[in-house]
Amino acid sequence: MNENIIRSDERAIFALRSLYRQFGYARYKMSRFEEYDLYVRNKDFLVSDEVITFTDHTGRLLALKPDVTLSIIKNTVDQPGAVQKVYYNENVYRVAKGTHSFKEIMQAGLECIGDLGGYEIAEVVRLAAKSLALIGGDYVLDLSHMGLVSAMLQNLSDEDRALALGYIHQKSPHELAGLDLSAEELAKLTALINCCGAPGEALAKLQPYLTGEAEKKAFAEFQSLCAILEKDVHVRVDFSVGNDLKYYSGVVFKGYLEGIPASVLSGGQYDKLLQKLGRKSGAIGFAVYLDLLEQREEAEYDVDTVLLHDADADPAALVEAAERLSAEGTLLVAKVLPPQAHPRRLLKFTERGIEPVENG
Amino acid sequence: MKMVNVALPKGRLGEKVYKLFREAGFECPSIEENNRKLIFENPEKGVRYFWVKPSDVAIYVERGAADIGVAGKDILLEYRPDVYELLDLNMGKCRMAVAAKKGFRDPIGSTLRVATKFPNIASTYYNEKCRDIDIIKLNGSIEIAPILGLSDVIVDIVETGTTLKENDLVPYETIVPISARLIANKAGYKFKNEEICAIVQGLEEQIK
Repeated sequence: MNENIIRSDERAIFALRSLYRQFGYARYKMSRFEEYDLYVRNKDFLVSDEVITFTDHTGRLLALKPDVTLSIIKNTVDQPGAVQKVYYNENVYRVAKGTHSFKEIMQAGLECIGDLGGYEIAEVVRLAAKSLALIGGDYVLDLSHMGLVSAMLQNLSDEDRALALGYIHQKSPHELAGLDLSAEELAKLTALINCCGAPGEALAKLQPYLTGEAEKKAFAEFQSLCAILEKDVHVRVDFSVGNDLKYYSGVVFKGYLEGIPASVLSGGQYDKLLQKLGRKSGAIGFAVYLDLLEQREEAEYDVDTVLLHDADADPAALVEAAERLSAEGTLLVAKVLPPQAHPRRLLKFTERGIEPVENG
Repeated sequence: MKMVNVALPKGRLGEKVYKLFREAGFECPSIEENNRKLIFENPEKGVRYFWVKPSDVAIYVERGAADIGVAGKDILLEYRPDVYELLDLNMGKCRMAVAAKKGFRDPIGSTLRVATKFPNIASTYYNEKCRDIDIIKLNGSIEIAPILGLSDVIVDIVETGTTLKENDLVPYETIVPISARLIANKAGYKFKNEEICAIVQGLEEQIK
């Protein structure tokens, strides 16, 4: 019964917290407001670049947090050999796509910052897959590698590179013909777009197209990560994930849950952001957008039982009946059925006892 | 087999697109009956079609009400929905162009007034040229704007050029060629991958 009272996003938060703690991630609590300067300097890194700002009583320009990662980076230090692992569960404020209004988004996630090695990267991607599995239902975790994508685009002009990245992102091989590409490059990028599915099989199809050293090095790195994750049949390769070469350098990933039309999890290795901030550490993390889980709530009934009674019903007898019925599920006691109420069953409290209401 | 929801654009283009789906092996006989229904399905082929306003197809697909759909490249460039664009169907071909009155000379010393239904496409085009413009967003009868002096130029879809000609306008520059594209919802593509890929393959064979 309690299971039904907890909303799916709340249930997910409990499960995710416990998972992240299990792997040694410490809770990070950020302040509700941050200096606007932090965000404006790294605007491109934010999902939406519009931020709610206001001036505090000392004249400082503050922002209602649009992002958690930047704040976490600010609160970590570079220490050779060390890695800091934190998780969070925060509300962030962003402009919803296609509207001009701000939306409160409940987000949970984790960041792993420091001297990263193969283990840390695999651990974070594994935790992303486990997060999706914990939320429940069928899921898919798509992986790409920005280092490999970047290497495969390195011979293109800046303009063509940006366009090609967009075509890879939207899975449009038919658009590549409009770029100034050699037959070999065209075949290579078409293979990159078509490379999706189970990692082993998909990467084997891409491998013959690789030429340069940088491509082969990034491919080998991605392949060894995929080999670790391949036991999970929900993990797939798909190079349409991620289109940001400015901040992301290694693996990037997006998670989908059946029944939700957009990705609910997004993450990747963003060493380049730390380099831009003058830091030596590497970083990888992800966020789960819990507000999207609402779309999967099954609200067939809003209450298990509604117990109707007359105005002159004996309160003591009614209390006794309510105690009994509430032990069986959620219960609403009312004189008349409230507008829009949709109970699983409708009962009537009478002198003769509790009777079902016809069509209830 | 999972049912694939397909959003088709109402109108002549939509009917041509349905025929392409039919030829590709995804027919739905009830759609060809003369009635006012909006949703048609063929469980045997695993497809459910519905007609929506052409400019709404991308919204239905992005929001997951449809798994796939057919939308014009103009709509995709203007609204930039977060969807996959899987195929160019080579149908509904036209172009997005800049048109103006015959003998038009660009007033390079002043702001160019641009009337259009496509403010994002127009502003992206002129931003790339570093041209200062004033966008005048209209919802129809764009051709009238330069004639009445409301704008210097228009940015609009040009198919045959007849409407422009009849209004004494001339297309000056092509911004981008337009045609119908097959789009897919990103999550739908993951969970109905086999079914959607079969449709893509069938359509691909038809347009070759």
